[in-house]
Amino acid sequence: MSSAPLLLVDSACKAFGGVQALSECSVGVEEGTIAGLIGPNGSGKTTLFNVATGYERVDRGEIYFSGRRITRASPDRVFALGLGRTFQLTRIFSRLSVMENMLVASQAGRRGLRSLCTRAGSPGERRRALELLEFVGIARLASKPAGSLSYGQRKLLELAYVLVADPAVILLDEPAGGVNPSLINHIADRIRELNRQGKTFFVVEHNMEFVMSLCHQVTVMHQGTAILTGPPSTVRSDPRVLDAYLGGALEEDPGDGPEGQDGAGSL
Amino acid sequence: MGGAVAKAVVDGVLTGGVYALMAAGLTLIFGVMDIINIAQGILVVLGAYLSYVLSQDLGIGLFLGLLITIPSLFVIGVAVEWAFMRRLQERERTALSILVTYGVAIVIEGILELIFGPNYVQLRAWYVNQSFHVLGFYLPYIYVFGFALAVFLLGVLYLILYRSRFGRSVRASLQDRAAARLVGVNVERVSTITFGIGIAVTAAGGMVFGATNAFNANSGYDLISRLLTIVILGGLGSIGGALGAAVFMTVIEGLVAVLWSPVWATLVFYAALVLVLVIKPVGIFGQRAARAQ
Amino acid sequence: MKVTALVQGGRQARSPAADMEEPWQQERRARGAWAAGVAALLAIAIAFPWVFTNPTTTSIGVFTLIYMAAATAWNSFAGYSGYIPLGHAVFFGSGAYTLVIAAQDLHIRGGYTVFALVPLAGAVAVAVAVPFGLVALRTRRHTFVVITIAIFFIFQLMAFNLGITQGSSGIPAPTPTWPAATFNDRFYYVALAILVVAAAFSWGIRRSRFGLQLLAIRDDEDRALSLGVRVSRVKLTAFALSALPVGMVGAVWAYFIGQVYPQFAFDPLFDISVALMAFLGGLGTVSGPLLGALILEPLQQYFTLQFSSNALYLVVYGALFLVVILLLPRGIIPTVRDRVASWRERRSGSTALASGPDAAGGVLSSEMAGGGVAGAAGGGAVSPPGPSGPAVRRG
Repeated sequence: MSSAPLLLVDSACKAFGGVQALSECSVGVEEGTIAGLIGPNGSGKTTLFNVATGYERVDRGEIYFSGRRITRASPDRVFALGLGRTFQLTRIFSRLSVMENMLVASQAGRRGLRSLCTRAGSPGERRRALELLEFVGIARLASKPAGSLSYGQRKLLELAYVLVADPAVILLDEPAGGVNPSLINHIADRIRELNRQGKTFFVVEHNMEFVMSLCHQVTVMHQGTAILTGPPSTVRSDPRVLDAYLGGALEEDPGDGPEGQDGAGSL
Repeated sequence: MGGAVAKAVVDGVLTGGVYALMAAGLTLIFGVMDIINIAQGILVVLGAYLSYVLSQDLGIGLFLGLLITIPSLFVIGVAVEWAFMRRLQERERTALSILVTYGVAIVIEGILELIFGPNYVQLRAWYVNQSFHVLGFYLPYIYVFGFALAVFLLGVLYLILYRSRFGRSVRASLQDRAAARLVGVNVERVSTITFGIGIAVTAAGGMVFGATNAFNANSGYDLISRLLTIVILGGLGSIGGALGAAVFMTVIEGLVAVLWSPVWATLVFYAALVLVLVIKPVGIFGQRAARAQ
Repeated sequence: MKVTALVQGGRQARSPAADMEEPWQQERRARGAWAAGVAALLAIAIAFPWVFTNPTTTSIGVFTLIYMAAATAWNSFAGYSGYIPLGHAVFFGSGAYTLVIAAQDLHIRGGYTVFALVPLAGAVAVAVAVPFGLVALRTRRHTFVVITIAIFFIFQLMAFNLGITQGSSGIPAPTPTWPAATFNDRFYYVALAILVVAAAFSWGIRRSRFGLQLLAIRDDEDRALSLGVRVSRVKLTAFALSALPVGMVGAVWAYFIGQVYPQFAFDPLFDISVALMAFLGGLGTVSGPLLGALILEPLQQYFTLQFSSNALYLVVYGALFLVVILLLPRGIIPTVRDRVASWRERRSGSTALASGPDAAGGVLSSEMAGGGVAGAAGGGAVSPPGPSGPAVRRG
């Protein structure tokens, strides 16, 4: 752990109205690992993702990606730099076909007027998109409208189109949420495979079994702060984690607002 | 000059109240149903014509006539909602609502023009013609009466929304239609009644409008563009915001008319909206509107 | 990391590309048929004024072409991006005034030289569209609609009150020098040329990367942003481009009718008509607005001639308008296309089943079986698939 983390959130603070969603939150993700982020509802996990990917601005603190400061970068810039993400409630382009969804992501970095004169999706890009769909296992749905996919298939599509631009780090917001067990295994398997090939992952997830079996490092958040980081075995046995969850479950958590907003935005 | 400025401000506040009443219906309909009702302007004109018929042909006083015109427009609102609005599909709802209500508007406009012809008319009553002296200028009684009526009806609307069971259903539907449905609110019925109420208030607005302005079947266009501007500035779905925005806009318009030129006053009205939205895209009084964006 | 590595690392190596080759070949064959169809329609359009020489008919033809171009241009922004602007009359009016003012200042009395000003009118419309778009496109949905209306009224009021537009007395256009018998034909062909440009734009955008970005913005703007689409730039470019043909037909219109008045150059009905045409034919399709304008504009002109009373015209047109929207909320082209697609599907239903699951099919078919439960767990937040399948395909 001598080198700086690939993605580093340094003392981030973010308030929504009177609610402190993030307070002095610091988290680092090492290159080549699968890092997990857990915590009770409203502990600020999604807000952390949002500030890291440019959807929200931190009030204080900094965010670095491979040594570069991206605190004030816009979402498209963050993506172009190699930081992709998925959303808690999957967000796909429901009236485009699955293939077209994939091609949207391969537009990154193309300049405005030149893009007018180029056909959407060169044969090479289509081939590549198809390979990625094949990789996640939904290639046979390529020509279907994305709106007709099941919830789990949408999750796979979202993972696939984030891969199109070949990001170095992928942030996954609840990849296993609301999908059935056999698909959870399939998703975990795909993540491991990508990790083996060098992708770094940062995963928010409520499914403990999923997180503990998948991640190399797990960070626990509570009330907007990262209270603990360590390998799954350590985290599992740490009493503070249980406290955070029990406390978080019992009180009406104030941080719920921002996460709810994120959900509303996708409607 | 000082007197003219004072008159502009007082006029602005008083007419602002009336615009707020007309805009309140629009913003309520928007909030609950997520649609823009382009017909709101022509329905104000319809309300004015109803008052005109009652007072001119039947000799019923303008304020007394409201007891007939308000329920009539409520019924028309319910009918329009039932016939058209509930048939809109979720997809392209915004655009379709604009087109459908616009279609309703031109049908009503055509009917009004068939019946009343293209000539301008204005409502008559002693309080329309007579003025009283205040702060060094004359003010027709109708401005004060109209403002009082607007405040009274906005108060009633407020009570319905915040103190009644039905109001709770309306506010639940304002927040989130799906969630409201889950807790047992009949969103369809709430929508229908809300649309009716939103249209019903135009009867009162139309009466005051018709007493303070000469109007014909074409007057709806100018009205709807003003009302939309007010509603956006006030934050979509917010009645308090509509009141604030209406007064703000009419006062500014009045001041520009006095201090600069009446020609540019209307332009400033729209320019104010553009300027505000450049600085703050949700409107000056809008916060809740962020939900819908 | 290279894709090849990724795929080799994947669980299978068999590519389904072979299965996908088929529709592309079909598309190529279909393209030939399309090209023939377009050429035939164009030939009909060119021959029209020779066959129907009645000035009333050709005049309706000119107006129809103007609206076809405008509706197509409007749709190439609105239909693809999902933003509904009701302020394109600003570009129409700007184009109209550009022509008459420039002709006056340059002392062009009439003749064909006036048509040389048409591209200038388009350029002015684009120049107006950029600041317009910069302001309006900061907002979305309803607010966007209303702010475009507000900006429209600002322009109309300026046209009424600024010195350069000579207020409500209007500005006369130059006088055409050609014979009265074929008076309309020149306007007809210039309008047709602009229409071809507008349709080519619309078609090109629909197929381009740029168009795909617009469609992504329509479905989920924030998501598109997170996939690296520069949404502000894409929206503004599309908005400005859509102003170009509108400004050009505005100029042709001004020359055609001979006098430009503020209330007709900046006409709120223009936007509603154009939007209705796009909706009737099918929002977001290339051919929809063409078809919509081709149906509605002659009808509108016919009604204007037929009903001496404006009021009766309003009632009939409004009623028709409502019937059309309620019966065909998605437009003619998408409705027909769906019918055809479902008919084809029914015919080839058995063959589709036979194609079978691929390598990962095991996992996914079980996942699909659990789809109902998974969907329920996802809550009402997941937008349900459309009631009648694909809404917009390549059109």
